Amino acid sequence: MTEQPYAELGLKDDEYARICDILGRRPTDTELAMYSVMWSEHCSYKSSKVHLRQFGDKAPETDVLLVGMGENAGVVDVGDGLAVTFKVESHNHPSYVEPYQGAATGVGGIVRDILTMGARPVAVMDSLRFGRADAPDTARVLPGVVAGVGGYGNCLGLPNIGGELLFDDCYAGNPLVNALCVGVMKHEDVRLAKAEGVGNKVILFGARTGGDGIGGVSVLASETFDAEGPAKRPSVQVGDPFTEKLLIEACLEIFAADLVTGIQDLGGAGLSCATSELASAGTGGMHVDLDTVPLRDSTLTPAEILMSESQERMCAIVEPAKVEQFLAVCRKWDVLATVIGEVTDGDRLTVDWHGERIVDVPPRTVAHEGPVYDRPMARPQYLDALQADDPARLPRPSTPAELQAHWLAVVASPDGADKTWVTEQYDRYVRGNTVLAQPEDAGVVRIDEETHRGIALALDGNARYARLDPYAGAQLNLAEAYRNVAVSGARPLAVTNCLNFGSPEEPEVMWQFAEAVRGLADACGVLGLPVTGGNVSLYNQTGDVAINPTPVIGVLGVHDDVRQRVPSGWRTPGETVLLLGATRAELGGSAWASVVHGHLGGRPPALDLEAERKLADLLGALAREGQLTSAHDLSDGGLAQALAESALRYGVGARLSVGGDPFVALFSESTGRVVVTTSDPDAVRTTADWAGVPVTELGTTGGDALVVDGVAELPLSELRAAWSATLPALFGTPEATVGTVPAGTVPTS
Amino acid sequence: MTARIGVVTFPGSLDDRDALRAVRVAGAEPVSLWHGDHDLRSVDAVVLPGGFSYGDYLRAGAIASFAPIMVEVVAAAGKGLPVLGICNGFQVLCEAGLLPGALIRNAGLHFVCRDQRLRVESADTAWTSEYAAGAEIVVPVKNGEGRYVAHEATLDELEATGRVAFRYVGGNPNGALRDIAGIRNEAGNVVGLMPHPEHAIDPLTGPSADGLGMFVSVLKQLTAA
Repeated sequence: MTEQPYAELGLKDDEYARICDILGRRPTDTELAMYSVMWSEHCSYKSSKVHLRQFGDKAPETDVLLVGMGENAGVVDVGDGLAVTFKVESHNHPSYVEPYQGAATGVGGIVRDILTMGARPVAVMDSLRFGRADAPDTARVLPGVVAGVGGYGNCLGLPNIGGELLFDDCYAGNPLVNALCVGVMKHEDVRLAKAEGVGNKVILFGARTGGDGIGGVSVLASETFDAEGPAKRPSVQVGDPFTEKLLIEACLEIFAADLVTGIQDLGGAGLSCATSELASAGTGGMHVDLDTVPLRDSTLTPAEILMSESQERMCAIVEPAKVEQFLAVCRKWDVLATVIGEVTDGDRLTVDWHGERIVDVPPRTVAHEGPVYDRPMARPQYLDALQADDPARLPRPSTPAELQAHWLAVVASPDGADKTWVTEQYDRYVRGNTVLAQPEDAGVVRIDEETHRGIALALDGNARYARLDPYAGAQLNLAEAYRNVAVSGARPLAVTNCLNFGSPEEPEVMWQFAEAVRGLADACGVLGLPVTGGNVSLYNQTGDVAINPTPVIGVLGVHDDVRQRVPSGWRTPGETVLLLGATRAELGGSAWASVVHGHLGGRPPALDLEAERKLADLLGALAREGQLTSAHDLSDGGLAQALAESALRYGVGARLSVGGDPFVALFSESTGRVVVTTSDPDAVRTTADWAGVPVTELGTTGGDALVVDGVAELPLSELRAAWSATLPALFGTPEATVGTVPAGTVPTS
Repeated sequence: MTARIGVVTFPGSLDDRDALRAVRVAGAEPVSLWHGDHDLRSVDAVVLPGGFSYGDYLRAGAIASFAPIMVEVVAAAGKGLPVLGICNGFQVLCEAGLLPGALIRNAGLHFVCRDQRLRVESADTAWTSEYAAGAEIVVPVKNGEGRYVAHEATLDELEATGRVAFRYVGGNPNGALRDIAGIRNEAGNVVGLMPHPEHAIDPLTGPSADGLGMFVSVLKQLTAA
């Protein structure tokens, strides 16, 4: 007998041996393909599982979690009988290979995850990281990714309410494209991915199955890119947002009529994943007749049909009496729907093709009982030297002119600069419920037009901090997202995450991962926030160079009344500018050290989670009392960056004075700080004193410059020119400069 | 009595709910219309909403212009029914021949979402009577194919007969010829524009409430009649 090609499919020797052991025989080619995709890192979480358990073990007491981890997305109670489901997921590797389609299908995939829970998707966000902004390959990847995120989300009619855009050399061969979707439903509408009820039909609906994305999860998401080797483009899926829009509307009508007992989207590992997960989560038995699957390409082998990652497909379990009604809804929306099998007695997943039984497996062994590795870990050897390299040694600006130059440099750096070039390509208005969107600290969406109830969301992931200390870095990212939700006036409620790391087979990377998970789980316990789900993306490295550990953390908050939301920009002259929180000299991992000196070293800023909680409570109270006219979180670039952003939002300056060392005041990245404006500073001070949050008066809004007494005087026009020129200079002329086109430049017939 | 204003949902319509909301906020009765029906459900006016009908396949608005409901809309518009086409709806009106010209890919080749200043050029249509001629309003624009083009003679005629309804002010977001953001037919019952008035009905969720005037205009005209 010839040896089976398990190694080419990404299976290790012992994994193959285990499959033979489970089945008591050699797997068929199709079974082997199924196990290979489902046991891939992407689908099985085999390297991360042992660590992710902490999110459950250390979870705080909570009564807001309606559905926890393990389903397609967690579900959170936001009051008034409404529930919200949200999740962030990576599409890193496909976006590097084919930027537009990789990013577009990343959005499509996460939207289907949210839809699968029974929710109407209401908004998306994107967290993007690329190599150096001026690197030639960034000019290839970034415009395609942005167009893909926009092209898919805009066409689905989902507002893009925020995200991140950051650059670092470490992402040159591994851009990070993390997409978040949030959906809303009533409590009783929550759907689960399980196949129950013998005789119930399995219906595949949506797009036809083609040859795209075959083996995407095992080939792309679970292996390190090699400089050599064939082009991987055929493994990237191609998206059709129009089909997905119809799928969404059909699904919501199907849910409203209560026509399904279980539902699952087809994402990574396609039909293999959907059928085995549905069966495994249900009673165990399912039969599928593969000849009935509608194909785009009739030459596909059964293994290819089961592994295809063609987009815009869903799988539902439907009672026989409701099948006709289900199909009628699909017809109304021009969605192709086909009965491909049924739920059976017993505990086997069987698949027939051309009269032959080609799959006969226990589905749990495919979907939920894959290999689990407790991989070796080692604290990186470079870490001591890196942490000892304190930025205190770096030359600081010694004159007001130098300080002003550093201020401009930070604000004009690609990370600090105006992101309009990107966000202008995203529809933020569709659905008519967007209350705050980028460049605000958090996106805020109204979810009930009668009560004005709404939600806030923020995504943050500072990888410089995580490189210096992954435990602290994950916590700092959580704290920033938590603070960003709080400055909008919302009450933080729950957490999602997308953990982007290098190869788990490298002990130093595995240590980074374990530390980040431990840090996040510990901090969520202190802040009382449950982790509702998330995504792990490993093998983000080219050759033996891994990306900086990049735990991207999303925090969801709730607004009882979105009319109380607090924006980040200054609108009115004559208001008092206050700094909430305390500033220490903390420059490790700072934007200043990175931009001005190209330096990364020392320790990230200290984090006091109790102080963060007090600050968030204070911000919520001030928002409810209507005492704030603006609030803006301090993070990358410290006070210097925050002041510039608040002033440039509506073109209102300020005259300020900062005590102590002005350099530290402007560029330190101490945590737990927010700059606010108010017309009643005494009231804010009284409330802050009561809450135990330090307050420093900085000055008054007004004028057309940012003036810091004795330190800097930056005309807003100069500041805006520096801030807004960066991305257009790198990626193309902004459309704002498109003037009236002279007659005769377009065909006139 | 109030007026019934219909909003058509095509496969891929996105801003249909938003248009229905704007109709309701203006004080009229919103009525959903379905692309596959030959039935205008006795509405007093019709809005063709924004979105990507049929995924913008072939050309934006091209396939939707052949939908069964459009047969009824075209016939009723000929008899004076007020019709407003917003963004994709404007594209549909041009494809259906109710308005001249075409909308092509933005000059910058990117989708652009922006708070846009507009000048109301024609205040004597069914949809603009609430505005003063020459008034400036702020309404979101968001599209990838919003660059208005037409034959030179057509453009001259539109201008000479006062059929330019809205013009971009303070920057043209897409390279539209002569800064045209929206046009009207001769009778003034059919208006099409790329910007989205339904996203500017409440400063809480839009840049202004300037867009509400279009829905109030038609309501007042219908209830006065």
